[in-house]
Amino acid sequence: MNTIEDKQQEYIHAFNMFGDWMQKYEYIIELGKDLPVIDAQYKTDQFIVRGCQSKVWLHASLNEQGRVIFKADSDAIITKGLIALMVDILSGSKPEEIVHANLHFLKEVGMYEHLSPTRSNGLASMIEQMKMYALVFLKNTSVESLN
Amino acid sequence: MKVQTGHIEILRDEFPLLHQQFGEYPLIYLDNAATTQKPLSVIESITEYYTDYNANIHRGIHRLATKATEAFEASRTNVQSFIHAAYREEIIFTSGTTGSINLVARSWGEQNIVANDEIIISEGEHHSNIVPWQQLAERKGAVLRVIPIKEDGTWDLEAFEKLLSPKSKLIAVNHVSNATGVIQNIEALIALVRNTSAKILVDGAQAVSHFPVDVQSLDCDFYCFSGHKLYGPTGIGVLYGKRALLEEMPPFMGGGEMIDRVSFEGTTYNKLPYKFEAGTPHIEGVIALGAALDFYRSLDQEILFRHEQSLLDRITSHLLSIPGSKIYGTSEHKVGIASFYISGIHPYDIGTLLDQQGIAVRTGHHCTQPLWERFGIPGSVRISFACYNTLQEVDMVSEALLKAVHMLK
Repeated sequence: MNTIEDKQQEYIHAFNMFGDWMQKYEYIIELGKDLPVIDAQYKTDQFIVRGCQSKVWLHASLNEQGRVIFKADSDAIITKGLIALMVDILSGSKPEEIVHANLHFLKEVGMYEHLSPTRSNGLASMIEQMKMYALVFLKNTSVESLN
Repeated sequence: MKVQTGHIEILRDEFPLLHQQFGEYPLIYLDNAATTQKPLSVIESITEYYTDYNANIHRGIHRLATKATEAFEASRTNVQSFIHAAYREEIIFTSGTTGSINLVARSWGEQNIVANDEIIISEGEHHSNIVPWQQLAERKGAVLRVIPIKEDGTWDLEAFEKLLSPKSKLIAVNHVSNATGVIQNIEALIALVRNTSAKILVDGAQAVSHFPVDVQSLDCDFYCFSGHKLYGPTGIGVLYGKRALLEEMPPFMGGGEMIDRVSFEGTTYNKLPYKFEAGTPHIEGVIALGAALDFYRSLDQEILFRHEQSLLDRITSHLLSIPGSKIYGTSEHKVGIASFYISGIHPYDIGTLLDQQGIAVRTGHHCTQPLWERFGIPGSVRISFACYNTLQEVDMVSEALLKAVHMLK
């Protein structure tokens, strides 16, 4: 089962329900409000995603089932909505699924055309950081299995 | 064309970019403190230069070079009369305000600043009027002193008076804050400095497009501004300096144009202003700046100032009616800039939702990070007006803003 793909299809469907981008933004804002609260200990400079103009904190851990759990927050609500969207899509998948995920839904919902360059760069940085975490988990687990 | 407030629609016709529609929303351009849009006459002057008389200036003997040189030097005279400089060679063309400030830091600064000298700036400076002085101070072992900004956005001149000492060598301050729009009491500051031997550099980037500036009556030593905030093109700016000072200053870039005679034993430099204009200059930029000045000076300055003040008054009362909203820069002497922060809402979120409704504003720190640290917020949403903005636009922005706040709260 490819949950990343399923989630992407869900969001394509959801975004297509809205007529204009003000409504889509309203939806993104709601996603941000629903994002689970991140532990205060992770809201430090160590967990800041570089390349975002508003502050974004991202934490990743590997659970016992070998799946990556992302937690995130932002001081700007739209950015928080965007990171919530990415957390919902990628969190709970295996590292290799995240590393190889083709996030085609962003293009299909027209995300990049409707984000300012600073926001699209920020979103790209968030995704890069999430994939980077997954890559590190992937490398670490393959090293362990070699041992 | 003398603009009356009722004639704004006619004026808007001069700006092709303004007539855009994003779906159901017309473009409302309110990021004029970052850069203004360009009138047709400016755009056409660039096309005309390249289609009619593109040539390298000054030493050419052919007729194209002569025409280009005449147009280029006519712009210099235009700038001279615009800021009321005493001599045309006091006008140096640079890449912009930042280029002008760096020129002074590299040329005058290298020559005149020594260890333990003091350079005074203000807490509200643009980074481009902080960093060059910081770098100079580091190179020379000099000290940077800072004039505090009061709650209303104006300088604390009493504190400044205490900072001023025989060690003070240069005061580098803005005329108008790009972040808050506050018009500083530059006359009072200069009067205090004139009791000492310190030099004064004024960053006028946000001033010249809003009210008349007379460098002689100000009695500043240097005055800097950019073309692109004044309806002209990017990449061109002006450094005004008092002739006697500029004569004493060494060139800071070497190359063509700035020399008198070059041999391997040594080089003698060209006279003012050319010794500071090494290399082929931004010819079409200078010519188009002239066209921009022609446009701007054709407007009735008093009516224009009153028009901007009426826009500012209207947006200010709209902003004050939003719960949790605070305006930064509450002095009564302001150009058409309204900088605000709504408690609990990130400026980027407001900027994004305004953009979705066709409205261009600026959000963030506006290159004045120390100022926002002083006010204790991460930055602001900045609405900045130009001659072509209308009261109707202000009302539309207020409506769009209410919608954004409603979504974000």
